[in-house]
Amino acid sequence: MKTTKNMLVTPSRRQVLTGIGAGLIAGSAGLVRPSWAQSAPLKLGFQLHATGIGASYGRWYQRTADAALKMINDAGGIAGRPVEIVYEDDGTDPKRGAEVVDKLTSQHGCDMIFGTLFSHVVMGSAPRAGELKVPYLVCSEGYHVASGALNRWTLQPGITDVRSQISSMAPWVAANLGKKVTMFYPDYAFGYDHRDFFKTAIEAQGGTMLAQIAIPPTETSFTRYFAQIPADTEVLYHVMVGPGVLTFVKELGEFYGSGAKPQLFGFVDSLEAVDTATPGLEFLEGSHFWEAHPRVKPADAGEHEAAYRAAVGVDDNGASVSDAKDVSTYSHMFSAWETLFFIKQAVEASGYAGPADRQKLVEAMEAISDLPYGIERPQGAMTFNGKTHQAFGTQSISQIQGGKLMRVHQTAMADGAYDDAVDYTAMSF
Amino acid sequence: MGFGPFLLLALMEGLVSAAVLALTAVGLSLVFGVMRVVNVAHGAFFMMGAVVAWFVAGHVPGPPVLGWIAALLAAPLVVGALAALVDVLVLKRLDYEPEAVIVATIGVLYMLEQTALLTFGPDARPVAAPFELRLQLPWFGYSGYKLFVVLAAAAVLAGVWALMQRSRFGLIMRATQVDRTTARAFGINVDRVYAGTFALGAGLAAVAAVLVVPISQVHYLMGGDPLLLAFITVIVGGLGSLRGTLMAALLIGLSDGVISMFWSPTLSKIIATLLVALVLVFRPQGLFGARA
Amino acid sequence: MKVWLFHLAVLVVVGVLALTLPPYHANNLARVLVLAVFATGYNLAFGYTGMLSLGHALFFAAGMYAAALPATLWGVGALPALILGLLAGGLAALGVGLLALRTAGVSFMIVTLMFAQAGYLTVIYFNQTTGGDQGLVLQGGARRLIGLDMAQDGPRLWVAFALYAAGLAGALAIVRSRFGRVMLAMRENEERSRMLGYDPFRVKLAVLAVSGLYAGVAGAAYAVLFGYAGASFAGVQYSILPMLYSLMGGAGTVLGPLVGAAAMFWLIDIASGLTTAWLMLVGIVLVGLVLFAPKGLLGWIRERWMPWLP
Repeated sequence: MKTTKNMLVTPSRRQVLTGIGAGLIAGSAGLVRPSWAQSAPLKLGFQLHATGIGASYGRWYQRTADAALKMINDAGGIAGRPVEIVYEDDGTDPKRGAEVVDKLTSQHGCDMIFGTLFSHVVMGSAPRAGELKVPYLVCSEGYHVASGALNRWTLQPGITDVRSQISSMAPWVAANLGKKVTMFYPDYAFGYDHRDFFKTAIEAQGGTMLAQIAIPPTETSFTRYFAQIPADTEVLYHVMVGPGVLTFVKELGEFYGSGAKPQLFGFVDSLEAVDTATPGLEFLEGSHFWEAHPRVKPADAGEHEAAYRAAVGVDDNGASVSDAKDVSTYSHMFSAWETLFFIKQAVEASGYAGPADRQKLVEAMEAISDLPYGIERPQGAMTFNGKTHQAFGTQSISQIQGGKLMRVHQTAMADGAYDDAVDYTAMSF
Repeated sequence: MGFGPFLLLALMEGLVSAAVLALTAVGLSLVFGVMRVVNVAHGAFFMMGAVVAWFVAGHVPGPPVLGWIAALLAAPLVVGALAALVDVLVLKRLDYEPEAVIVATIGVLYMLEQTALLTFGPDARPVAAPFELRLQLPWFGYSGYKLFVVLAAAAVLAGVWALMQRSRFGLIMRATQVDRTTARAFGINVDRVYAGTFALGAGLAAVAAVLVVPISQVHYLMGGDPLLLAFITVIVGGLGSLRGTLMAALLIGLSDGVISMFWSPTLSKIIATLLVALVLVFRPQGLFGARA
Repeated sequence: MKVWLFHLAVLVVVGVLALTLPPYHANNLARVLVLAVFATGYNLAFGYTGMLSLGHALFFAAGMYAAALPATLWGVGALPALILGLLAGGLAALGVGLLALRTAGVSFMIVTLMFAQAGYLTVIYFNQTTGGDQGLVLQGGARRLIGLDMAQDGPRLWVAFALYAAGLAGALAIVRSRFGRVMLAMRENEERSRMLGYDPFRVKLAVLAVSGLYAGVAGAAYAVLFGYAGASFAGVQYSILPMLYSLMGGAGTVLGPLVGAAAMFWLIDIASGLTTAWLMLVGIVLVGLVLFAPKGLLGWIRERWMPWLP
């Protein structure tokens, strides 16, 4: 009697079921994988200030962009495509900036470019982006985009511009600090915006600009300029930036000491990446600063704030989780994050497939207007003006209490509104 | 503020300016005078001195004055050694040819700045002054440490003068400055003198940095301005003349302070810059230099 | 004759490169050519006449703004803008030279540097017009040169090429002429030249003015071809660059500045692709160059193989 079965010829039911199961799994994996493995990644170029005067910001911009990239890729990428960021150092130099735009577009084949902060680099690079017809999304807070100085390929969807920021400060300053203002500003682009826009804004509140003192960029000592501060100054408005800020504050403290002094108002740009508790900055205790995104987590922070901080590696004081002395550029770096999510939204809305669709992509961007608060917008809700290519949000005012910046006021969107100066949608590409 | 107090403040600031100028320039004056080469990396040595000061001050426990003293000892040694290395490895092989030294020291400048960027980082950091003292005058307050810097500058310059005029090393340096070939004929090891001078020049820049950094801050690009100012001071003062360097520092520092009283800061800087140019145009050998 | 043919051949090679390089490098070549014009003029003063100037950024920026301001304020076209830039650079050099040439050597270096610094600060002081460090963007008609659109890669590259060719021819003519020999005499021994009857002041002033013309037209070309003018171009960095290009390529050679500009440019480009500390690599190369090829690349080649190269 033959009892051995030939397994090969007549498979058991278990074997058949296992085989079918395996086939189905293999087949279904094949259903999911091809759309990921076959799509070419979306290549985003990042014009990074890795060296030069912008290097402090560049580091944090890179960390924030990488964190946003990870979050986006973990959730399936953009339009099902994995996303890559290619970083190139522009040395915070306008000549090199234009060359980097070229390099990212022509040599690396990036779909679009984002990330630039310093306005002179933006001004030097934007013409080239316009010639190459590549979308150039800057994270600069400069007024250059909305002023109409640039081209239809340049947009700023991730951060409010300085004109709006500055204008929105005037109502609170006039109501709480004083109406007679003396201003110290650096003698370059960032400073000029403050010089021009705050004067208009404070005068609209019934105040006066008593004096405006422009400090040349290479200045290292400021004491002698303090003597020029008019005696009836109520508010000393200071927006010094760069390494000399520490000296500026120290010397201001030495000059006034504990005697009578005007109220101080500054912009946190002076103290980005600097610990407010640094010895020498005691004079700032009790004074107020503009912040875009409060460095110290407010008690009434939004629900997504914790997740954002965890993703970018920043603690509740605004410093790196791995080194409490490494303070972040918290009021600027969110722009890299929000711009990346804006890109995602626009690519998915426009059906962008490749460089041939760049124009379609910009038109889709121009059509976006509402940018509600969410993990994509951790700084807060924004609206995007498709005509001026500029996003607008709310601003905060914080006071240094016990060496820490604590938010005391949040502006309304309307506080920073101004008439459109340009309509890019009416221009040709 | 009335004109009187305004002028007083301008003069005090000018004096501090002059002190800082003199400190940064004295090292360059030596190198320039003895070796006749343009060291474009002088500002970078200054910056390195500041970085060492920050590092040492951060690691020495106790009151800031201890850290400051440690920095004052450590910085010139470290930076001087670095400079000696640069001299022996690079400058000597170039035979101190002026143009070649310019290019080489530009290269060294880039290397030092990048090293600082990679290790120290891009942020500006403060260094605590050895003591906190605030002078309160009727019209304004002033930092006591700044006035101390003026005294320190005088002490350093006096020390360098004593070294040059009263010590054997100073004698050898001056001999080499006058005529290198004859000095060699007298058995002086010119190569060693040059290495020592270069190291001394860099070391003095580092000392200047340790003194100056508490009234400013450490930043990897901080060497650019001191380099420029040091050069101007040395050349306006006259090559090879320490007295000239001091006089030039006083002139430039004080006039800068007073000019800025009357015009806007940028305009004052323009005027000050043109004044320096004109001084040299009408007296090319500088204030105390020998007519070529 | 051999010399002219050789340089023509070099131009042909550059032309071939212009046609065959991929778009990214072709556009970089346009930048290199404009900067090489700047450096060629500088080299006439520095390499051939021995004047160590650190003030050429002033002449470059003068040319750049002489082109950019009329273009943005009054709609002046590209060709007149270039001519204005050429003249502005020459005039600035003449003015500075009249004062600065009363000094020599390191004093001359500092005086020219001071004038350049004052120029930079002046651009910043008048920021309402000049845009300061943020600068000005040139658009539209300002970038249409004799009917060619400078915003297009092709025409831009050929204009840069033509400009360099003209500059090269001019420099070669000067260097090979009798005046060129007087320049060399000034560099080698000024006192002896004076004794032979040549006025050093006049010679040096003429050379400085010519180098100013080169710097001015290069500055104007940069603005017109690349669409941007800013105060950063008036900074001391732009006085050091032409010197670096000349020294790297060969200070006493006519082609040296082009070689140096190209070498430095691609060195930085390649290095920045490898590491963020690319400036370190540049520093190492500079030191290496100066130790092993102190006469610059072409100077070294000339010494060994081509003594007839001007």
